[in-house]
Amino acid sequence: MYFGIVVFPGSNCDHDAYYALSVNAGISVDLIWHKEHTFSRTYDCIVLPGGFSYGDYLRCGAIARFSPIMDEVIRFAKNGGYVIGICNGFQILTECNLLPGVLLKNTSLSFICKDVFLKPTAISPFTQSLTYDDILRIPIAHGEGNYFADDDTIKELEDNEQIVFKYCDNAGNVTELANPNGSIKNIAGIVNKKRNVLGMMPHPERYSDKILGCDDGLKIFNSFINYLRLI
Amino acid sequence: MKKFEAKIRITLRKGILDVQGKTVENALHSIDFQMISNVRIGKYVVLNVNANNFDEAMQIVESACKKLIANPIIEDFQIELSEI
Repeated sequence: MYFGIVVFPGSNCDHDAYYALSVNAGISVDLIWHKEHTFSRTYDCIVLPGGFSYGDYLRCGAIARFSPIMDEVIRFAKNGGYVIGICNGFQILTECNLLPGVLLKNTSLSFICKDVFLKPTAISPFTQSLTYDDILRIPIAHGEGNYFADDDTIKELEDNEQIVFKYCDNAGNVTELANPNGSIKNIAGIVNKKRNVLGMMPHPERYSDKILGCDDGLKIFNSFINYLRLI
Repeated sequence: MKKFEAKIRITLRKGILDVQGKTVENALHSIDFQMISNVRIGKYVVLNVNANNFDEAMQIVESACKKLIANPIIEDFQIELSEI
């Protein structure tokens, strides 16, 4: 099984994702420079990592979306290939319309770096082995993570059960107080309609090794890898 | 070929909470500018474009705005174009 992690200028979670997937999850991983035009092998999944691609200039993800490799990523996703966008990766996925909506500035206007709690709220390839009772502790680190979409889009996301992660408290209650950034409906992660593209603001790769004090992030990667092994 | 300058004003679309604007508005109220309301903060982009005529230049800038400079989901843009 091979995953590819795209490295943009300004990515800073690429190596964390590499470590989490290769060492913690035990799969083969390539780093793919954004200037490449094609993939050099067949991948089971492409990861767009967190960071500040192109310095977050203009809008987060807006310029990375036009990096040469992105045409290949978009083609891959449209053919049903699995893509995971974490934090800045999520912002890039919304900018290239692989996922609906947009990530606005946090309502507090602050960059927030802290642990939050998440709960899976829909079944998807990425959350297959998780249950609705799982409460995951995962860090966030972003200034623009406030998920926004118009009413029709939110209704569509709900009707199609595309909201896969919501911010909750440590008891699993989805409350306003547990919402760190003002996201509509406490949205922390969504999938596209075909359910092969996941975008999430929290960083599972940062909590994938027990030595860090928590490996709840690994549960998400393992859930997805188990799914891939079964299909 | 003529040269034009485009001044592009980008603002968050009406109805989208502008948290920066709201924060500045609250700060203004706290220093006795209660008469000020509806503060919106945006971006201002200036660029030059080579084109055969005004309409073509406008078309190019509009297309650039839709494709990259603004995000139509959340932002409106206004273009002021002049030949230089």
